[in-house]
Order: sequence, then structure tokens, then C-alpha cells
Amino acid sequence: MRAYLPEYQLKATHDLPTALELLAGESGLWKPFGGGTDLMVLLDSAKLPHRNFVSIWKLPELRGIEVAPDYVTIGALTTYTELRRHETLTREFPLLCRAAAETGGIATQNRGTLGGNVANASPAADSPPALLVYDADLEIISERGARWRPLHGFYAGYKQMDLRNDELIRRFRLPRSKRDWRQHYRKVGTRRAQAISKVCFAAAASMEEGRIADLRLAFGSVAPTVFRATATEKSLRGERISPELWRAARETLASEIAPIDDMRSTARYRRQVAQNLLVEFLEMLSSH
Amino acid sequence: MRNAAEKIRVQCRVNGSSVILQAHPMARLLDVLREELGLTGTKEGCGEGECGACCVEIDGDLVNSCLVPTLQAEDTEIRTIEGVADGNRLHSVQQAFLAYGGAQCGICTPGMILAAVNLLARYPQPTEAQIREGLAGNLCRCTGYTKIFESVVEACRALERFS
Repeated sequence: MRAYLPEYQLKATHDLPTALELLAGESGLWKPFGGGTDLMVLLDSAKLPHRNFVSIWKLPELRGIEVAPDYVTIGALTTYTELRRHETLTREFPLLCRAAAETGGIATQNRGTLGGNVANASPAADSPPALLVYDADLEIISERGARWRPLHGFYAGYKQMDLRNDELIRRFRLPRSKRDWRQHYRKVGTRRAQAISKVCFAAAASMEEGRIADLRLAFGSVAPTVFRATATEKSLRGERISPELWRAARETLASEIAPIDDMRSTARYRRQVAQNLLVEFLEMLSSH
Repeated sequence: MRNAAEKIRVQCRVNGSSVILQAHPMARLLDVLREELGLTGTKEGCGEGECGACCVEIDGDLVNSCLVPTLQAEDTEIRTIEGVADGNRLHSVQQAFLAYGGAQCGICTPGMILAAVNLLARYPQPTEAQIREGLAGNLCRCTGYTKIFESVVEACRALERFS
């Protein structure tokens, strides 16, 4: 069944204040609409419940990648294609570029945006695990002002996040402190292109004298939200890698993920693969 | 119904000509191209951005036109499969698809050709991996992809010869 088009408003905006004013109007009446790669899928199958959208696609304030000495900021409307092409990002933030390269095909990558991927709040999103590994903060703006918060903890539950009706994600800020860390990204899907993840894994660690000095482990598709496996991280931090250590880490990981059976995979498969990916990363860390 | 959306006028260029599209703002560009402009070369496969049959270029970027609301076509330059040939002179990619059996039933072909043309614009001499990635968003249920892949390789050779 097709959507009935007169029911759907899509209003053009060309500057940020106009968009924020609309969002701040009658609470919840307007929602932002970026490149459309998620929302149009719902529209086509008549499953888009909301009716009034503000097109933010042309807002210059939400675009651009800036490189500062200690961090990079990435506008919310940055497309996957733009992420993949950016020289500093490809060099220092390879997990994010891998995630961008493995999301959809070229046509999707030209329209899908980083902000959209985060705000759509899918537990199977491919870029948020990479952002979590890089300790990304996001700037959230509204007519009331701007605030920064970490992406870690941004999701409270399935499709629930710390983002009010009048707010927009403006940009992301990623510290450049992990460029020397060992980094690892794996997306497991049914085929190499155009697949939605069964399990997605992004990780990074710094090694000192054979011990894991610090690390980040983030997963998609194994919990109601994309999340950082902080208990597993804690069990590994400061430790020397050994078979005993990774056996224990596998168990810790199993206890902090909550995969489900759905059309793309099973809970059992996801748990096993998530554990295997963790071990693969630890083996990579212990080899030189 | 509150806020019922009226049709809007969207000015853009399609295959080099200025046009004014009249459509609901959320209407899929795919439908407007086919039904308002009669450009039925752009096909609908899945309608959810998975198959690439509806690929067109917007401002030089390959997009799935089933996922683009018409409002966002304002002030853009759109190229559909009808705009790929230069009059009666086929593009090298089209020639190669003919010569190497890159088209069978034809539904994926317009999108596949646009994906290939777009790829060659970005990488005039693509590697095998770049060709595979450039076409990865386009599904074909007939050819098994080998003939499509060979067609694109041949188009690269032809372009090299004539450039």
C-alpha cells in the first residue's frame, strides 16, 4: 500500500533559525527530514506515522567537516560519501569511514547522513559504534540554545534518545587522541553491500608493554540500542592478553548484550558472532 | 485534515532542460519523472533504496529516486537514463551493454548504466574492486552480473581508446 501524499507536509527551509522556529512551534508537530534514506522507505510502504516534516537538507549550518588541532567536527548533514572522501577522517578515523563505506550502496551513501544515522536511532545503525569508539560528543541545538553531550548514554532504550522535539543534532566532535590506537571494524551482514547488520562491531585499543592500556568496544544489532560494552572493556583494561583473559571477556560480553531473534538473524547467532568478533580483535592486539 | 499538503511547483533541470514539476512535496522523484515528465526509462524495483533500478543523477551524484522527495529536487540538475546518450550517439557504457549482453530483461539496465556512467565519471580508469563497489547498489536477477561487469570493463577500454 502507498502513502496518501496530501497527508504529508514537507516544508523547505534554507537557514537554521527558520528550521528551529518551526521545530519549536506546536510541540511535536514538525520533525526534521534530512536525506530521506530512512524516512522515504517508511513512506513508500505507508508506515510513516508522522505527517509534518521540515526539510533540513539545504541547511548550510549543519554541513562541513572541520579539522582542529585536538579534534574534528563533522556537520550532522555530512553524507557517507563525504566521510569516505575526507583525508583526515580516512587517516585518523578509519572505523567511521569503514562504516560509511559499508552502509548501503553509492546511491544511499550520497544521501544518507551521519546525523540521520544517529537520530534514526536504529540499533542496527553502522556508524554509531564507530562514533562511540572515538568518544564522540554531539552538539544539540534548539531555539533555547546549544548543548554538548557524549554520544555514550545518548540512547535510553529502543528508539529513545536524549533529543527533544524542538532539538536538532548540529554536529559531532571527535577527539583526535586515538589516532595511534589499534583499530578494528567488522560488519556482519547477509551480503557485502546493501545489507543491514546482523552484528556490527567497532573497537580500538592502546597497548603498553603487552598490556591493554585503554580500549573501547562498541556494538550494533545485539541490544535495543547501539552501545558500548563497558563491562567487557573494564574486564580487559590494564590486562595482558591471554587465552584465559579472552575466555572470561567472552562471558562478560555475553552477559551485557541482549540480542534478539528477528528477520535478519537469531539471538544465538548474534551472541556467538559478537563473542567471536571480540576474540578476533584481541587476537589482533596480541599479534604484531 | 489539518495542514493538507497542496501540490507545489519545483523548478529544476532535467537532462539539460529547465522544467517545473508540479507535485506534492513528499512525492517520490521517481513517480514525478515517470508520470509528470513521461521519462519512463527510470524503473521502480523495490521502492526502498535496495535495488538501484530507479537510479538517477542529481547534481552529478548517483541517487535512488524512490527515496528523494520532489521538494528536494528544487534548483537541482537531474540526469536520467534518457539523458545519457548524446542524441542518437550512445554512451560507451550503453554500447558496451549492447555488445556484451549486459542487458537481459532490461529492468535493472537504466539504473545499472547510470551507476556505471557515474562510476566512470569519478574513476575514469577504475580498478576491478571499484567497479564492483560502484555497481553493488544495483541488483540484477537475470545476468548473474558477469556480463554487466564485462560490459563496464569494455566501456573503460573504449573510453581509453577514444579519449
